[in-house]
Amino acid sequence: MIVHLITSFVATAAFAILFNAPKKTLFQCGFVGMAGWFVYICLVEYDYDAVLASFIAAFFIAIISQIFAKMYKTPIIIFSISGIIPLVPGGTAYDAMRHFVENDYNMAIQLAAKAFMISGAIAVGLVISEVLNQLILKIKFK
Amino acid sequence: MENKLPQTIEVIDLCLLAGKIMLQCGAETYRVEDTMTRIAASLGIPSSHSYVTPTGIIFSIDGTEPAKLIRIYDRTTDLYKVTVVNGISRKISSGEISANEAFKKLMDIEKANYTFPLYQQILAAAISSGCFLMMFLGQWKDFIPAIITGGLGFICFVYIHNLVKIKFFSEFMASVVIGLSAYILVSLGIGVQLDKIIIGSVMPLVPGLLITNAVRDLMAGHLVAGLSKGAEAFLTACAIGTGIAIVFAFY
Repeated sequence: MIVHLITSFVATAAFAILFNAPKKTLFQCGFVGMAGWFVYICLVEYDYDAVLASFIAAFFIAIISQIFAKMYKTPIIIFSISGIIPLVPGGTAYDAMRHFVENDYNMAIQLAAKAFMISGAIAVGLVISEVLNQLILKIKFK
Repeated sequence: MENKLPQTIEVIDLCLLAGKIMLQCGAETYRVEDTMTRIAASLGIPSSHSYVTPTGIIFSIDGTEPAKLIRIYDRTTDLYKVTVVNGISRKISSGEISANEAFKKLMDIEKANYTFPLYQQILAAAISSGCFLMMFLGQWKDFIPAIITGGLGFICFVYIHNLVKIKFFSEFMASVVIGLSAYILVSLGIGVQLDKIIIGSVMPLVPGLLITNAVRDLMAGHLVAGLSKGAEAFLTACAIGTGIAIVFAFY
């Protein structure tokens, strides 16, 4: 578990460098990624579906990103994009592609559908938390 | 020269410049539209219309002024510029800086290059490859091979992208290099799990940002922008997939 936490932190911060995030937010980006991956791994270990786990983790990431975005007065995209990178179904997409090459279409379609579902779940998680945030703001200021 | 132009045209130029920089640097479509409308509104033009797609922006304001179009050729991810432009748009809204100052600042930003030095980017890509290997339940034995292949792949991507300005081709070649070097390392006995090494080192190329932006744009109702970003992401994924597949096909 500690290995997961450290590697997800480093990987997310490294990705923030690739995306050229502002230097002072690198640490926070890493933290967002670590928190998201922690939620995801915990859920997966308790036998939740990967799609559901991605959804909840993305939701969680978006909430932290919103808090950070308010704190540091930067666009939310900086934190949320780096944060979701560990969740992106790169491995599943790769597996799907590999099965396609090996003419195992049944397995390949299954995996591709799964990868698509996961990326959809991530996006829905992000959007729902944004909608919630706007709702809360509206209710507050009314 | 801007000072001689009528006030409204200046505002259009300012909005378009801000929108152009943001779109080129990977901001979401709705954020670009929102920023342009806000800048226009705070400079005294309450109703403006914008149509943003990943390859171009059309912006017009109500009245006699003609609409203006800007074509976007290349897109990268540069979150720093997005942040800076966002900050400038905030300052315009709060009235801290005038339109002229903002325009000058935006011109400077457009020319400036804030990216991290290349060796740092390569280092970051290499390290993240190794870390992804561990996150996908790889073994510590494969950590160094993943760093090597990930770094090589990224170097190849950057180098070919400088030579040929076709993004999909450079992604394809980069994944071929990743596949080959991973295979060589495994057959030399340095690496163990070929699959995991490849998955880890491909991650810096995977279009994660594009996919999520595409779905978000679709849900926000920007159907054209969402679909075209989705197509771009799909092409990228295909390029990476075929690159790896070619290596597999040969051995």
